[in-house]
Amino acid sequence: MYNLTVNNREVSVDVPGDTPLLWVLRDELRLTGTKFGCGVAQCGACTVMMDGMTRRSCVTPIEMADGAFVETIEGLDTPESQAVQAAWVANDVPQCGWCQSGQVVSATALLTEIPQPTDDDIDNAMAGNICRCATYQRIRKAIHDAASTLEG
Amino acid sequence: MKMWKVSTVALIAILSAASSGWSEEVNGLRTVDEFDGFTDETARSQALFEEMAKVIQHPRCLNCHPADNTPRQGMEMRIHEPPVVRGDSGFGAPGMRCNTCHGSENVDYVSGDGSIPGHSPWMLAPIEQAWIGKTVAEICAQIKDPERNGGRTLAELHEHNAHDGLVGWGWTPGEGRESAPGTQELFGELTNAWIEAGAACPEG
Repeated sequence: MYNLTVNNREVSVDVPGDTPLLWVLRDELRLTGTKFGCGVAQCGACTVMMDGMTRRSCVTPIEMADGAFVETIEGLDTPESQAVQAAWVANDVPQCGWCQSGQVVSATALLTEIPQPTDDDIDNAMAGNICRCATYQRIRKAIHDAASTLEG
Repeated sequence: MKMWKVSTVALIAILSAASSGWSEEVNGLRTVDEFDGFTDETARSQALFEEMAKVIQHPRCLNCHPADNTPRQGMEMRIHEPPVVRGDSGFGAPGMRCNTCHGSENVDYVSGDGSIPGHSPWMLAPIEQAWIGKTVAEICAQIKDPERNGGRTLAELHEHNAHDGLVGWGWTPGEGRESAPGTQELFGELTNAWIEAGAACPEG
């Protein structure tokens, strides 16, 4: 049995220790906003926040997440995440949308640490979140717009 | 007839030993007693460091000692994918630090062969400890220099090589990766012998 906090809710799951956190989120907790993309930490679709840092849930065995504080796209609710999601809508960022929950989580993490990121900051933070629809220009603009919103 | 058989067995044993250079190796790394034949302590120390360099210059170690701001991957030392940067303190960039992907231990992929490497901490070596592109002599001078080795004395350097967990990961790199030569224990013994022989650096 593994115990963790997901989106401010304490949960216990009875699964083998090598079960990926992503499987637990989607199959056990029915939080399907986080997506499976590659399974090898190369695409970023499965990104969640774990203990305040971005984390690829597809390569995180649940035994590694025991006792952790996890936030998924469903639970992100900070000024940064709200600004990012508003900018995402305003800029019509998603095309197919598969990668977007991971993109939003990473963008939120970036703005939480660097409120006014440069293009280089954005590239460095977002390079592990691949978008097969190549919405990168809209992602960049939306992050800058969210930063402007946060600046007031 | 019996004599012939004994001679043949002896000859095969001799040829077999000669073909392996009479050397005692563990996982491709010579043991310390292989360096007993030196009469000159400096030459022995230099030879011991050359042996240590088989570990130091193995891709398992070099990949995280880049001279630029990008780690490498694989035996061919290709640029890390996804593209990542050194960032502050060698832990990556805000929003995508090393531990975004690398956990506290190696993790086998659930969707295919191989594994993602992990250890706590997982980070690049500081830029002053860059090894890629440097000669063995340059690395040796660098490794002895407290200004460029994290302020370590030689004794602390031995401790680091012999017992540090992230150094030790080089011998437990996970499925799909070749380990560094030898063992960490042997690497520590070579380091200790090199230091006791004067910590001399190879020339060149």
